[in-house]
Amino acid sequence: MKTIADVPAGTRPRYSAAVRVSTEFVAIAAFCLAFADISISTLDPWSEMQRMLLGVVTPDFFAVEAIGIAVVQTIAFALVGVALAAFAGIILAQFFHIRPVRWACAIARSIHELFWALIFLQMFGLSPLTGVLAIAIPYAGICAKVYAETLDETPAAALNALPAGVSTISAFFFVRLPDAWAHIKSYTLYRFECGLRSSAVLGFVGLPTLGYYLQTAFSEGNYSEAAAQLIMFYVIIASLRLWMKPKLVGLYLVVAPLLLGGASQIHWDNVVRFVTQDIVPAPLRNADLLDPQVWSALGDWLMMILTDQALPGIIATVVLTQIALVATAFLTLAFFPLISTKFFGRFGRGVGHLFLVIMRSTPEFILVYIFLQLWGPSMLPAIVALALHNGAIIGHLLGRYSDEIKLRPDSASGFNLYAFEIVPRIYGQFLAYLFYRWEIIMRETAILGVLGIATLGFYIDSAIADIRLDRVMLLLLVTALLNLGIDALSRLIRSRLRLSTRLSSCSD
Amino acid sequence: MLLQLVNQDLGYDRGLVLRDISIDIHEGDRIALVGESGAGKSTLLTAIQARLLEQAALVPQNPGLVGTLSVFHNIYMGQLNRHSTWYNLLNLAWPRRREIDAIRPLVERLGLEEKLFERAGELSGGEQQRVGICRALHQGGDLVLGDEPVSAVDSHQSRNVLDALHEHFETVVLAMHDVELALNYATRIIGLQNGGIALDRPTTGLTARDLDFLYKTSDENHR
Repeated sequence: MKTIADVPAGTRPRYSAAVRVSTEFVAIAAFCLAFADISISTLDPWSEMQRMLLGVVTPDFFAVEAIGIAVVQTIAFALVGVALAAFAGIILAQFFHIRPVRWACAIARSIHELFWALIFLQMFGLSPLTGVLAIAIPYAGICAKVYAETLDETPAAALNALPAGVSTISAFFFVRLPDAWAHIKSYTLYRFECGLRSSAVLGFVGLPTLGYYLQTAFSEGNYSEAAAQLIMFYVIIASLRLWMKPKLVGLYLVVAPLLLGGASQIHWDNVVRFVTQDIVPAPLRNADLLDPQVWSALGDWLMMILTDQALPGIIATVVLTQIALVATAFLTLAFFPLISTKFFGRFGRGVGHLFLVIMRSTPEFILVYIFLQLWGPSMLPAIVALALHNGAIIGHLLGRYSDEIKLRPDSASGFNLYAFEIVPRIYGQFLAYLFYRWEIIMRETAILGVLGIATLGFYIDSAIADIRLDRVMLLLLVTALLNLGIDALSRLIRSRLRLSTRLSSCSD
Repeated sequence: MLLQLVNQDLGYDRGLVLRDISIDIHEGDRIALVGESGAGKSTLLTAIQARLLEQAALVPQNPGLVGTLSVFHNIYMGQLNRHSTWYNLLNLAWPRRREIDAIRPLVERLGLEEKLFERAGELSGGEQQRVGICRALHQGGDLVLGDEPVSAVDSHQSRNVLDALHEHFETVVLAMHDVELALNYATRIIGLQNGGIALDRPTTGLTARDLDFLYKTSDENHR
């Protein structure tokens, strides 16, 4: 009888790199959980939840005026913002081989739409320009990257077949663009769907979109109206492909700018003051730059903000991100069978689809807002909301992926099928999607500070309230760098695990 | 008797492959299904398998391995239905000594002992096919149904594999393209041709030459 010790090393059980990495992430999240505040602080969450559920089953569609305005404005901001982003993106994609262009795009997309909105509010006030730019700038950064990657995949054979001396622009319009057109079109439509969610959330800083009306309905406890608004929003998103026809895009783009709402006057002296005064670090303002004391004061200022605000903000952001990422992973593994032909019949899958569509169509920010009303400020609402939203997105993709697996005729069934046949086969894809969402979850986590959770956004929001815009810019820079760091780490892990790296439909 | 088919039409949804088939299979039969590609060997095996689902261990042509799991796990899957789900999950995470000890003789028999904890997806085609055989051996039972179980393994291993299958199972039904091997191992030959059974008799006294006629049509078609 052989014992394990007699057996050569290669024949003992061992774990794949994917399993090891997963275990490490779970361990990190468990460690973070020990430091996270996940208490429920509201006095009676259950009765509040009952009132909300009552609102969901009795939606008040008679509040037509408010709902109509909210939906039309939400669509208009998304349309104008995404159209500008797509236009800028296709131009920037031509210069994407230039390093500073790539960096600028990376910074633009690492800062959340709401943060951009908070910056432009200081410059333009509640003008439509604030909302449009808040969507257009980060989205232009994302579009440029995806368009550039798509255009790079033009088959070399097609380009080589061109006669000598064809200009770059001709080659672009005759070969590269037509070749990539189908993908660019479908990606831009997907971006528009994301734009609708971003546009809805912009209402939370005062722009006249869905979030504004939702917040009002919630603060008045008018849950029936809030439910009606959300249901309308789901209908708009679900029917997107019916009304977003190529022929109608031109018409929409002409009409949309007219619907952005009454343009308040832009005060250009505000803009000038913002750029030349407000964002200059306080110690340098009107100071003699040759005076060494000014520079040591700047050093103190930097240290003070980095240690008192940036550091605790970073810690809270990372702690929440890691917990939410692992919670997303577990929910994904629970969600994907709901829509998979391997596990459920037609009816079961229908229910599963409805649930996942609602969870992924609701912007995570709004989900967090709802759970915050229920449970009070702690990390718990954020963890649950982020995991539900992201779990639904990845679960949907994995469910469809699992449908394509061919099983042998005598394969196991039930939970054994799940654990031995399906999950091992989709695990690589699962990790790839998760690591893609990692950076997105972090960007979202940072902005949640605006709702009172002590992540980086909390310190940025407080600095805005104190009108210390120099601190705002520094903290935003820290937020962007943190995001770029996570993005780089995610790419490193994906390449170590040899996970496929082109999944633009899942990046946000 | 294990199974009796009387005047059955068999085939996939798109159209019939086999018409008016009548066969019976008894305990202890060692049957080789022979015939040119497309004659309907896989169809007949699938039909038998569908009727004997509970008793049969299956060796499909494509071994249907989970490439990201180890050889051990793929073989263990032959007995998933015999253990509780908790025990299965335990083995998925931490293979039990008891299960490793049960599976080790099988991999040693088929020359895979050094690959036991390799990922199945990283093995060669012949090795993957042998893993599929091990899974069927581990599943056990009275009957094995194999669709070209040695198509990807070399001739030395072929004999080894067929020996193992015939030792472990009382009743064996294998689709084979190698007529010599079929005559060596089987006690009964079923020849398929033109969507029907052209021959069904014991192997005693049969030679490879006697089966040549089964492959004639394809030769003519190719010319």
